[in-house]
This record gives sequence, C-alpha cells and structure tokens, in this order.
Amino acid sequence: MSFYYEYQKYKDYSFEDFFDAVTDLQVQNVLNKDKLTAEDYLTLLSPKATKYLEEMAQKAHEITVRHFGKTIQMYAPIYVSNYCTNQCVYCGFNTTNKIHRKQLTLEEVEEEAKCIASTGIRHIILLTGDARGIATVEYIKECVKVLRKYFSSIAIEVYAMSEDEYVQLKEAGVDSFTMYQETYDEELYDCLHARGPKKNYRFRLDAPERACKARMRSVNIGALLGLNEQWRKDAFFTGLHARYLQNKYLDTEISISLPRIRPHEGSFQPGCIVSDRDMVQMMVAFRLFMPRGGITISTRERASFRDNIIRLGVTKMSAGSSTVVGGYAQKSKEAGQFDISDERSVKEMREAILRLGYQPVFKDWEAM
Amino acid sequence: MCDKLVIGDKQLDSRLFVGTGKYSNDALIPEIIEKSGAQVITVALRRIDFESQTDNILNYIPKHVQLLPNTSGARNAKEAIRIARLARAAGCGNWIKIEVISDNKYLLPDGVETIKATEVLASEGFVVLPYISPDLMIAKKLVEAGAAAVMPLGAPIGTNRGLKTKELLRILIDEIPLPVIVDAGIGKPSDACEAMEMGAAACLLNTAIASARDPVMMAAAFGEAIRAGRKAYLAGLGSTAKYARASSPLTGFLDEMAE
Repeated sequence: MSFYYEYQKYKDYSFEDFFDAVTDLQVQNVLNKDKLTAEDYLTLLSPKATKYLEEMAQKAHEITVRHFGKTIQMYAPIYVSNYCTNQCVYCGFNTTNKIHRKQLTLEEVEEEAKCIASTGIRHIILLTGDARGIATVEYIKECVKVLRKYFSSIAIEVYAMSEDEYVQLKEAGVDSFTMYQETYDEELYDCLHARGPKKNYRFRLDAPERACKARMRSVNIGALLGLNEQWRKDAFFTGLHARYLQNKYLDTEISISLPRIRPHEGSFQPGCIVSDRDMVQMMVAFRLFMPRGGITISTRERASFRDNIIRLGVTKMSAGSSTVVGGYAQKSKEAGQFDISDERSVKEMREAILRLGYQPVFKDWEAM
Repeated sequence: MCDKLVIGDKQLDSRLFVGTGKYSNDALIPEIIEKSGAQVITVALRRIDFESQTDNILNYIPKHVQLLPNTSGARNAKEAIRIARLARAAGCGNWIKIEVISDNKYLLPDGVETIKATEVLASEGFVVLPYISPDLMIAKKLVEAGAAAVMPLGAPIGTNRGLKTKELLRILIDEIPLPVIVDAGIGKPSDACEAMEMGAAACLLNTAIASARDPVMMAAAFGEAIRAGRKAYLAGLGSTAKYARASSPLTGFLDEMAE
C-alpha cells in the first residue's frame, strides 16, 4: 500500500464542483460533528466555510487546549550543507543558483550546536540539500553523534532515503522526521522539479511512510503553500496523507507543517499568494479533522501573525532560526534557503509566548 | 478519623493526584498544589530538563509533594523500563507511573506491554502505578506482577468526558485489592466526586484543571469534590429504591389465601 493510491482516488475528482455545491447547512453539520470524514474536511476547506472561520477557530482552540495544553514546543533548525543536485524552481539551494556552497565540518557542527543550545533550545532539526554524494548518510550520522551531546530530540529534514537508511539514522539517534511533498499535484510537481533525484514524485511521496516503518517516533509532512494555485487541494491532500499515516502507524506521532513560500534566490513566481485568512482556514480545518495531530509553524511567518495563531491550534514553533549553513556561530551572511520573517531571538520568543498565556516547552523528549 | 491512602511506603492524606503537562506556565504548579491539597504530582521524564536553570519543571514542585515520574512517550515495555530507570538514576525517586501508549489516535494504553514493564520494575523495587484501560483481567495480572495501585481511565486522555467507563471501573473497585486511582477523562469536579463515592481510592487530574479559565480555582474545586466524595463513600451512601410498591401487588393472593 501507499498513499499514492489514496491520492489517485481523487486525481480526477472535480474539487471545483464539490466546492460550488457546499451549502451553509453542510458546513454547520460538520461543525457539530466530533469525527470528520475526508469529505467533511474538504467541506471545511471550501470557500463557503470561510464564513464560519470564527466558529471553526473557537472549536479548534478548545480541542487544542484539551489535547496539547497551553504549550508550544520550541525547536530550531541547523543547516549543515547546502550542496544540491536538484533544480527545484522555488528553492534558494537550486543547483543552478550561484550561491556559496558549503558543508560544515564536524567541528563547525559542534560550534553551531553549542551556540543554539546556549539559547535553551533542546529540540533540533538537521537540514541538508539533496546531494547524497556529499552530505552522505554517513556524514549525517556523524553530525547526529555531535548533536546528541547538546539536544534531547533530533529531527532530520534531508533528501528522500530508503527505509534501511532511515533505520540507520534512527539507530544513530534521530527520533523525528520531516519531509515536504511541496505539492501533491503530480503534473505540477513534475514541472517544478526540472532535474535531479527529487524529480521522482513517488519516491518522495512514500518517504514519510518509510520513516514510519523505520519506527521514527514523530513524522511531519507538508506542502509548500503557494506552489499550487489551488492551495485548497494541497491542504486537503496534506491532511489526507497525515490521516493515512496515522491510521496505519498508530504509534507514530503525525504532524503537519504549513510553510508558505518566502522570497529566496532565483526568480520564481508562486502559483498563488496564500493569504493569512487562507492559512488560518487550513490550520483550523486540519485541527478539526485530526484533533491530536501536531501543527508546526516556522519563522517563515512574520512575528505578529505567529503571535495571533498560537491560540488556533499550533503545537510547535521554531525560534531564533537561521536557514544559512553556519548561520549561528559563524554568523555567516550567505544566502539561506529562504528568508526568515520572524527574526526574534529565542529569548524574545519565549517571553512573547508567555505573554500570550502559553508556555514555551523546550524539552519534551528523552533520547533513548 | 484516620483515612490514609497507603501506596508503597507512603501514607497520604490527600486523594487528589495532579499532572503537569498542560499548564500555560509551570509557575502555576505551587499554587495548584497549595489550593488543591494534592500530595502527588506526575511529571513526564521527557519533559524534565535537569540542566536548565530556568526551564526545569522540578524547580516548581514543592519538596513535600511525592513525585510520580511517568513514562510518557514509551511505545513498549522496553522503552518504559528504560525511562523508569533513567528517572530513578536522575534522582526522581522510585515511584513510577507506567504509560505505554502505541496509539496516537486515542492515546489508549497497551495493557500487555504494561504488564511486562510492571513485572520488571516491581522486581527492581519500584513503586509501580500503571495506567490502564479498566480491564479486569489486565488489572488482576498487574496485581500479580507487583503493581502498587492501578490507574484505569474514565475516558480517553484529554477528553474531559467524565466517567464513560463507569461500569468497568465499578468492577475494578470491587475486585482489585489495590488502590484504584481513576486517571484520565475526568472533566468536572462532579465526575471526580462520583468516582470517589463509588470507592475509587484517588483521582488523577490534569486536562480539566489546565484547560479551565482559572486553573488554580479549578484545582481547589477538585480538591473539595474529592474530599466530599470520599466522605460520602465512608459515610455509606443511603440506598436508592429501584422499584416502587405496586398498587396491585402480584403476591397479594398469599395474604388472601392465609385468611
């Protein structure tokens, strides 16, 4: 089995017809339900449901507080390599972009780790570009060995790997996994990924499932919002994918990210601009669809927006982030993968979250 | 009146256990303890940052309170055992609440793995309090495995739905010779009061307190409800008539025949 078959069921589905037919009564009925079907979820993602955004938000807030408490899990990214063999038209690390390429030595990884850990961060996510000949699995394992000294939870967001490679990384100390499908639209995906290993849609689509099979404790997925002009479709498939994984791998914590396209090196024009209102609709619809699913928001989003959505269902936030290789200790000013929007330090973020009546949680895992 | 709850080598006056996972600020903990009178507090080992000066949750837990570390995050017996040993080695004492959850949809506990972990940890001298579904056979096996109490759920964690498993809880209370502590699902003080009236030994609360508008006041309300429920249990609830006396009795003929 694969989520690909679930996706195919909807491949020729007319989302437009469905959305056109949604009535007020249908939205109200869904709002009164505890357990939502895929169709209910799509109803909440419909243009008609925007009228009920406040009701959806109230319910999402209540469910989130019950299941996650008034807490926000904090994390930070560490970019260790920006070598890349892909040509993703929307990404700053695109192999054709003339940026300074760098891969940290293990000593540099340690310097970065010390710098991040000194801010109180205990959950780290390690990122690389897609160049498995340079940022090899062995190299990543060595990095993890260093990071284990400083962090209690280590996630990876790297190129798609085999199940066996995920098992190796798990044994090395990685407990969490993130991978964005970018867009679930297979044809659009093919256009956006001109060359490189990432062109293989199916291999990437099945990567989160391979991570579940490798017994990662936490698996996070997402679509890069704005690539697909029909963002409601990508939001729908993200939720459907999350539910597919959760149903099949009950003991894995499944979460989603809602990354919006940010400015970066290159001249790509997004398929659409996803507004704040759209983002909120996606977030609260997902919360009602998957009450216990995690929702991650990065520093791609601006400070005021991040502060406002804390009460709507977010469970995890990055802080004090740099998307530059060597961006912490070395204060490298080279181009990052994308521009940071919320530039507050970890300390400032901590205070802001507390001010909003929530607790920033720095440690919520024990390496085993 | 001497009505102590005895668990392991401890005698407790309060029958309210509280959690720590969902507060908007850990600084609320001392006040919650004070206002509710709770004497036992559970903390996930995964949440304790022993190295942090500012974010170590243990700094907020008053010394007189019994620490009950829990194995949140464990997906099988092996992981639960590992976490329990780490907790003890880190100085968190020898009480352990076993939570083995391999279901992220409902957060229901895995009874079989819980029994395995209990056997090992009880033999290593831990005071083991396992979190379970209210299943009589699982509970009986936990008694044999050396558990110090059993902690059945009233409803799934974080639902605030009350004593949905009431009939099964009643069976555990009747049949299990260990303290039965209702854990999870309690939403209102009246739910906790009802559990205590039924003869539960104690209740563990987290979500209902943490998600209240005023968590400290709600903690106090739970403290009072639990004390009231316990008193009612000890006082012996009056029986309730389940049937009325019929105006045309079926056995009236017996009197007539005697005449």
